[in-house]
Formats: sequence, structure tokens, C-alpha cells
Amino acid sequence: MKKFIAAALAASMFTLPAFAAEVKVGFVTTLTTGGAVIGKDMENAVNLASAHMGGKMGELDLNVIFADDGFKPETGKQATDKLVKQDDVDFVTGYIWSHVLLASRKSVLDQGKFLISANAGPSEMAGKLCHENFFSTSWQNDQTPEAMGEVLNQQGVKSLYIMAPNYAAGKDMVAGVERTFKGEIKGKDLTKWGADAQLDFSAELAKAKASGAEGIFVFYPGAAAGAFVKQYQQAGLKDILPLYSVFTIDAISLPKLQAANFESVLGSKTTQQWDPSLKNEQNKRFVTEFKARYGSYPSFYAAQSYDAMFLIKSAVEAVGGDLTNKDGIRAALKTANYDSVRGKYTYGNNNFPIQNFYLREVVKDNDGNWTTRVASTVFENNQDSHAKDCSMN
Amino acid sequence: MDTSLLIIQTLNGIQLGLLLFLVASGLTLIFGILDFVNLAHGSLYMVGAFFCATLTFALGSFPLAVLIALPLTGLVGYGVERFVARKLYAKDHLQHVLGTFGLILVFDTLTHMIWGPQGISIPLPAWLDTQVTLMKDVVFPTYRLLIIVSGLVCAAGLYWLVNHTRLGMLIRAGASNRTMVSALGIDIKTLFALVFAIGAMLAGLAGMLIAPITEAKIGMGNEVIITAFVVIIVGGIGSVKGAFIAAILIGLIDTLGRSFLDDVFKLFMSSSAAETSAPAISAMLIYLLMALILAFRPQGLFPPMVR
Repeated sequence: MKKFIAAALAASMFTLPAFAAEVKVGFVTTLTTGGAVIGKDMENAVNLASAHMGGKMGELDLNVIFADDGFKPETGKQATDKLVKQDDVDFVTGYIWSHVLLASRKSVLDQGKFLISANAGPSEMAGKLCHENFFSTSWQNDQTPEAMGEVLNQQGVKSLYIMAPNYAAGKDMVAGVERTFKGEIKGKDLTKWGADAQLDFSAELAKAKASGAEGIFVFYPGAAAGAFVKQYQQAGLKDILPLYSVFTIDAISLPKLQAANFESVLGSKTTQQWDPSLKNEQNKRFVTEFKARYGSYPSFYAAQSYDAMFLIKSAVEAVGGDLTNKDGIRAALKTANYDSVRGKYTYGNNNFPIQNFYLREVVKDNDGNWTTRVASTVFENNQDSHAKDCSMN
Repeated sequence: MDTSLLIIQTLNGIQLGLLLFLVASGLTLIFGILDFVNLAHGSLYMVGAFFCATLTFALGSFPLAVLIALPLTGLVGYGVERFVARKLYAKDHLQHVLGTFGLILVFDTLTHMIWGPQGISIPLPAWLDTQVTLMKDVVFPTYRLLIIVSGLVCAAGLYWLVNHTRLGMLIRAGASNRTMVSALGIDIKTLFALVFAIGAMLAGLAGMLIAPITEAKIGMGNEVIITAFVVIIVGGIGSVKGAFIAAILIGLIDTLGRSFLDDVFKLFMSSSAAETSAPAISAMLIYLLMALILAFRPQGLFPPMVR
């Protein structure tokens, strides 16, 4: 036995240098609770990105460590602490939820590591709390609903009822649509959110209907989306109160809605910075191979995670694999010099993308699957409205 | 505030209350009779929903799926009693809590492994996926009306079972004095297993009824179980009548709070302050009620008569 251990030790000593030449990426997402459906999609996208890179970033081996936030800020922070302190990762990315990201940011940034959000874009981190080592491959929360507010103006909608979950991103979404929408807000409900989120919206939908608004704006990401759309249909609101949503009707909820045949969702409109139908080489490859590998369309969460991995790769390659060169990595990240699936974009002073926003509509594809396609461009090269509160130049 | 909205919200509140009653009645029976704290009761609610979802897609009929999923859920409940709960009866409450909390994790993970993380939407038959006009301006989803009706039927059935049958007599006797019942030669083991299975079926039914509205999803039981505990504490532990009244009360408080509290708050504070504080306060209302009950009437509103 002793001999065996000695031999094993000796063997491990010889192989150790090979292990050292790697780039470690910590990926925090939701792998349990109902939010896991989003986390799974992101995990798939990261694995696909890793396969497309041949498991390497430049000369370095890519090592991705996934961690579960359990849909809770405190668990997400613990998971982040472990990645930063115990696993000593070089980059931390992922983060679906704004409240989880807000709770975790200090754990990463105080240790001098790079933090890249693949989804959450809380207003605080675009403004006062902006940081030179924090980048986003998604959007600032307010931007997508701002685009929707603009669409509502264009379509001549005069009054609106608003529903969103009561947490950091929900409030940003409401603020966003209120900023651009010129009509009257007839009423507003913020509902309970988290692992024990409210999913029965009977009271809110009855209020919305009684308010006499011309449309309803909602933000219900993940599992809540299916629940909302069903109750919206069951309450017979399709013709009385047209639905305008952000981050609600997506590649996560559509297959389920299709399986249960909720046809009222076909033709409904939503805004986004990306769509599977966008025409660029990187996106074509991503969408085709994601579908081939996992059997469904990628969601925007997947697209942004895929982008995050390629953004990191571009920075690692720019410094020739020297991960101690923080300034070089930062400068490379800032140029966004990689093939994003949304097409070319640039970074603003707060390290959030300046990018286009599209109006997408739900359609059947050639195989009869429900998906989205770009209907029009709402904003070109749009920068978020909190950038002015950020002290970086 | 107009009357038709008030009527609709009251119906919504009753519907929520009846669903809570289905979960809480089983919980109160198990807690009251077996003196067993079953945190995993909510898992049976989830299991019922997933069984029903799978069967709906397999059979193409939601009502048929409910009929078959009910005994299956009862069977799972029986299994939980036979292999886990029975070993814990003699231990103290802390061990019940630890044991059944472990069960929650096991059930959640098993569900994740079998059905995946995404949850399942259950399609409704066309005749249920409509609205009924009850009176002028009062339009209500047919399916929610069906939940109210089935909830009331279950409540009536349970009332008959508990108050007018031999089994019910034993259940009531067990709730009052367990030791005496077994001393009189009643097979307490079978009685316990039966109560557990009935409780599981009631919780499962609630899960099946809510699934077409929200969906069958992992962790759905953990949301409802806390409210169900509030219901049985307010109603009086072990009392089915108490659970019924408390469940309706809590359903109404929760729904009406969510619908009208911000309007009430706007009377004496700025509208933006009202919009942010109202959801928080309305989420607290039922716990405030529980705190008041615990302070002034710790035995609950309708405690079963003991000794």
C-alpha cells in the first residue's frame, strides 16, 4: 500500500506541470429549483462553446467549474466565494439573477478577479457600482423594456398595465418601460419572487382586466413564464388586453407552451438584443449545432453564455495566455474583439454593451416548432441610461 | 373599488383557500392524530402534479389522468408512512423535522432525475379552457370554478368521513387520545397508514388541480407547505373543521390583500411608497394573523376537544 501511495505521489508530481497551464472559469448559475431550466440551457451553451474551442483558450486548457446559486442571493454568494478562494478561478461568469449578482460582486471584484455577467444587468452595477473588472455580455436590465416602451408608442398603445416580480431586475424592467412609454400607466403589480415565487396570478389578472388598460406589459422569466401565459389565456384576455412581454416568451417557455398547445402565444411580440434568426456566421453555427446537440433552440441565456466564453477566450489569447497580465486582459475585454452571436458591439464607459435591440415575434419554423424571428430593429447602438452615473471614462 | 372586481377577487380567494384546505387537511390529520410533523407533505403535492402531468400526455385526457394519479399518489404516501414515518413516530419532533426535510430533498432530486428541471405544463380540455359569465361584468375562468366545486365536494366528503363513519370516529378518537384508542384494541398501525394515504391523496389532488394553472415543477410543494402550516396553526392542530375555516380565511386575506392593499395605502401615503410597500405587507398579512392567534389563542380557532 505504502509503495502504491509513493508511486501515485511520484506520478502526480510529474503530471502536475501539465495541470498548471490552464485557465479556470467559474460559472455561477441556477442548477436546482425551478430556475434550473435556465441554468441547464446556459450549461449546455458553455459546454458547446468549450467543444467549439477544442477545450482550449490559446495554449491553455479550459477548465470550467459550474456552481449552483439555488435561486438565492446568499447561496450564490457562498458559491462565488468558494470559486474565488478555494478553486482560485481566473474569471467568474454566469449569473442569471440580478439580486444574486449584486450579492456576489464584491466577492469577485475585491479579490482582483474578472467578473462577466452572462445575463443579469442590474442598474446599480451600470451606474454607481460600475467597476473596471466587471463586464457584461448581455444588457442592462432597463434597455430591453425601454425598447418595448418604444414599440408600444409606435403601435399607438395609449394605456398600459404592468406586472413584474418584486426583485432588483423586476423593478429595473418597470423603470425601463415607464421611461420610454408615453401613454398612461393604469396600474402596476410587483409579485413575490424567489424559490417560493408567487405563480398564481388570479388576483393581478382580474385587476389588470378591470383597469381598462389597452395592453399589459409583463416580465416573468423562466418557469413563471409558462404559468403566466396559461392563466392569461384561461382568463380570456387575449383580445381584451394584448400581451407585451420581455424575457418571458423565449426558447425556455415556448417548447412547453407548444406541448400544451397554448396557441395564443403565436404572433406575440417581445424585444431582445439577439435572436436565433440573426444572420452572422457565429450565430448560424451556434444555433445549428446547439439544436443538433440538445434538440431545442438555444435561449438568449444560452447565447449570452456562449458569448461570455468567447469574450474570455479573446482576452486570454490577446495576452498570450499570461493570466497575471490583468491590465492586458482588461484592455482586451474592453475592445470586445470577438465574434459575438448578436454581431459586432462595443463597450460603453460602464462596460455594458452598446448594441441593437430587435422586435421579435413568435412564429412556427419549417419543422413546425415554435420559435422567434426578428420583425424589426427598434434601437440601433443603444446605450443604457445609467452609464452617466458611472464614474469610469 | 367596484363590486364586480370585489366579487371576482373573493372567488379567487375562495379558490386559493380550498386548494390550501386540501393540503392542510391531510397535514392537520397527520399532525393531530399521529403527532408527526410531516414537512414532506408538500412533496406529495408535487408528486401528484407530476403523475397527473405525465398521465395527461399519455392518455390525452386531464380528468382521466386525475382519477388514475390519485390512487398512485396515495400509494406513494403509504410508502412514505411504511418505510420512513413509522420508524420516526417514537422519536421527538426535531427528528421528524430532520427526517422529513431529508425526504423533501430526496423527492426534489428524484423528480429532477426523472422529469428534468424544466417542469411540465398541463393542457386543459377545451371545455375547461373558457370563461363563464356569472353575472354582469363578473367573468370567471371555468377551470377556477371547477377547482372551487371540487374543493367543496372534497370538504363535504371529508366532513362525512370524519363525522359519520366508523373510520372517522377512530380518527377523531385518535386525535383526542391516541394511547386510549390503541389500548381499546384498535389496530393503530393500519389506521395511521390509512390516514397518511388519505392525506397524501388530498395533497396530491391539490397539486393536480393547481398544475394546469401554474405547472408541475420542482419545489412547488415547498411553497405551499409553509402556508399549510400557517393554516393548521390558525385553525387548531388536528381539527379538519378548523383547517377548512382557516384555509378559506387565509385564501381571502392573501388574495384581497394582494388586490386592494395598495389602493388602501394610497389613501395615506405617496403612490410610489404604496406600490413598493403593499406587496411586502400583503405577503406578511397571513403571518401577522398567525402571530396574533399564537399570542391570544395559542390552541387555534377550533381546537379538537381533548381528554
